[in-house]
Amino acid sequence: MSKGQLYPTEPLKTWGLAKQAREDFYLDYRDCHAKGGIRWAGGAWALDALTYGLGDDVFSITSEPYGASCAFNKDIAMKCMMTTEKYGYARDLCAYMRIYWGSVLTKGTYPWGGDYPIPDFIYQDHICCSHAKWYQVIVDHEPQIPMTCIDVAAGPFMPGTDVKIKPHAVKYVADQMLEAAEWLEKTTGRKFDDEKFIEAVKTECVNTSLWADICALNKAVPAPIDEKTMYSLYVLNTLCKANKRITPVLKEVYEDVKDRVARGIAAVPNEKARIMSDTQPPWGFLKVFRYLERYGVVSIGSLYTFGLMGIWEVKEDGTWGGRTLPWEKGVEIKTREQAAYVNADWNLSKPEFQHFYHPKYKTRMMSRIAKEWKLDGVMLHYNRGCEGLSLGIAENRLGLLKAGVPVMTFEGNMGDEREFDEVATMARIDAFMETLGLKKDY
Amino acid sequence: MGMEVFKDIYENRHKYQKEWKEKTGSKMIGYFCTYAPEEIMYAADIIPVRILGSHEPQNVTEPHIFGMYCPFCRDVLAQGLKGRYDYLDGIMIAQSCLHVRQAYTSWDLHIPVGFSYYLPMPHRVTNAGAKPFLRQELIDFKNAIEAWTGKTILPEDIDKGIEILNTTRRLLRQVWDLRKAENPPITGQEAIYMVLACQFGDKREVNKLLEEALNELKTRKIDRETGNRLMIIGSEDDDIAFINMVETICGATFVMEDHCTGSRYFWNQVVPQEDRYAALAARYCERPPCPTKDWAQPRDRLVWALDMAKQWGVEGAIIVQQKFCDPHELDIPAFRKAFEAAGIPTLFLEFDVTVPLGPFRIRVDAFLEMLRQEDLF
Ligand code: SF4
Ligand code: SF4
Repeated sequence: MSKGQLYPTEPLKTWGLAKQAREDFYLDYRDCHAKGGIRWAGGAWALDALTYGLGDDVFSITSEPYGASCAFNKDIAMKCMMTTEKYGYARDLCAYMRIYWGSVLTKGTYPWGGDYPIPDFIYQDHICCSHAKWYQVIVDHEPQIPMTCIDVAAGPFMPGTDVKIKPHAVKYVADQMLEAAEWLEKTTGRKFDDEKFIEAVKTECVNTSLWADICALNKAVPAPIDEKTMYSLYVLNTLCKANKRITPVLKEVYEDVKDRVARGIAAVPNEKARIMSDTQPPWGFLKVFRYLERYGVVSIGSLYTFGLMGIWEVKEDGTWGGRTLPWEKGVEIKTREQAAYVNADWNLSKPEFQHFYHPKYKTRMMSRIAKEWKLDGVMLHYNRGCEGLSLGIAENRLGLLKAGVPVMTFEGNMGDEREFDEVATMARIDAFMETLGLKKDY
Repeated sequence: MGMEVFKDIYENRHKYQKEWKEKTGSKMIGYFCTYAPEEIMYAADIIPVRILGSHEPQNVTEPHIFGMYCPFCRDVLAQGLKGRYDYLDGIMIAQSCLHVRQAYTSWDLHIPVGFSYYLPMPHRVTNAGAKPFLRQELIDFKNAIEAWTGKTILPEDIDKGIEILNTTRRLLRQVWDLRKAENPPITGQEAIYMVLACQFGDKREVNKLLEEALNELKTRKIDRETGNRLMIIGSEDDDIAFINMVETICGATFVMEDHCTGSRYFWNQVVPQEDRYAALAARYCERPPCPTKDWAQPRDRLVWALDMAKQWGVEGAIIVQQKFCDPHELDIPAFRKAFEAAGIPTLFLEFDVTVPLGPFRIRVDAFLEMLRQEDLF
């Protein structure tokens, strides 16, 4: 171990595996027509298990990760956003959405080569004001694309707590899925296969609960993985959470991280303090996390990385972990109707959905993470690029402070670098580190 | 009586509401969005009161709502933080846009009230499941009100609530029909005052005032030129200073609007049916939608607004953009395109809490000049 190093470290073994799965996703989407497949577009939160009822050769592109991938390439992102502005759309709208529209409207901006591959249909969900409207605008420009969208804003639900979902709310979402199944059949001319749908619902439960379990392993000191690494792993569920090809990858990641915990392998070798962030990071400036390491600070994740695609519950011992799989509680899924109900119930409990109803739910979950993951502070990203996830964030700050958790805020934008001041952010980090009593190691 | 009475209620809303409360002893619930089912509140003898901003600069909301959210929602919250609605017994919101939701949740967290309710009004209002879902939510809301007040709400109480609201809607529709006339007997500003008085006042009283006003309007001649007939479209808008400037200085008249502080609030009635809650759910799902609830292709709200523009003989449309209002921002290019295609030119203005009268006047004048030139050739 080198000087200043407190823990051993080594690269994640499954890194390459996860990276490849991500690459395959975008290439499959682009090339699937050549193999007779179907491609569709929708948000990362779309209830995608349903689309597996159309067959195994149906590939999607999820809009937010796509926006993030473009944002990582600042030149592409800027080109896309400029186009969007030229069409008269406001600069303060969701940055992913503006990038996405720009990519549809600008030739040669698909980051994996060529033009944006136009989908055969759109299948979206809606809890943020931008969700359904995002694709309504796409259809304004590409009127031939059929579109449907499911309203999932049916009320808060936090499994294992007093925040319970009403059965009629689950039914409302499930019924829309059943209607969408018929719409998919009509739109694509394919027969909807209930077995495949049921299998996808189960797969989604496994994948999203497993992701929560992986995140829970980060309660260990030293943290086996840092947030920057988590971004490359959580993305698998944001791309295709109901895809069975993802399950073995996540299982390997789980074993890999577990092994790191057992052997005391750290993500940050000089870990002296632990923090979490919030919402999407400014993707073009992930070096912020590297900068934290100079202080011996590891970001163990965030409600965003944990709960965007991880499904959680409060366990009997009072701690937070992956939600128990329905069949482990005796729920057997035999019919399309049951599958839709289970899938709706599962998705409505997504931690990142809850703050849409009230910031008190998010403050509650963040305070829990601060305690269970043994944090020293929280860095809140006042993200101008996402009004959905920045919703109530100022109240979260007040709530966390009230709970005794030190908080710093910085303003930025996940996708629009014109709204991120790198120097000012680093200066704020320096000041925050000082209040936490930390000094730079190098 | 004159139209002044509505202006008076608007301008002195807090005085009106406090005095009314003292006089009647009624409870008052502040609501944040026009999807609030006022009928159920009237059924319980509660007066629903809309919470709007005051259009003054303020410095109290910064710790609560991050600056990228619409100025309207911050202005609304400021009213609570400044104690201006301290007579409210409760608050409620029927889920609409993200922004105004924050005004509600911050109010809920920091301003003590005896009753607070979040009603997850569906967004996909045209879907078959939306009405049954909302029906149940309305029943749950009714149950919560009963638990809070200790009073049982009977079907006939709901009928009473429906009757009160439907009367308001019917009378306002009659007033709006008069605006189709070549020389409308009411200005756009007066019309907005009327709607706002309905949102602020006890409708049982305001309905009487509306009836009297309607009688007066039937024979009223106003001492002004109508000028160009305009429509105003967009976010929440009680920016009276702007409407006043356009009508009194620039010499045009707003004959129609697409606002929740205007026509969208009262356009359709509850059609009675045996299942009262189903009737209510149908009304709220079928009203001209707020943009966040309009996912249709083409947009239902756009089809509706274009139709209104034609029926009311609109020559130009001012599209108002409340800064940071995502739902409207997502519709504006489609609206502008469709209106222009229908031969109705548009002027696009971005609004904040206060109205920059000087710059806006120059732009409105130029717009009207363009409309008038079109008349020449
Ligand atoms: S604003 Fe945020 S939550 Fe809403 S669509 Fe965009 S990325 Fe998603
Ligand atoms: S102006 Fe727009 S964003 Fe603001 S409250 Fe109204 S609809 Fe919501």
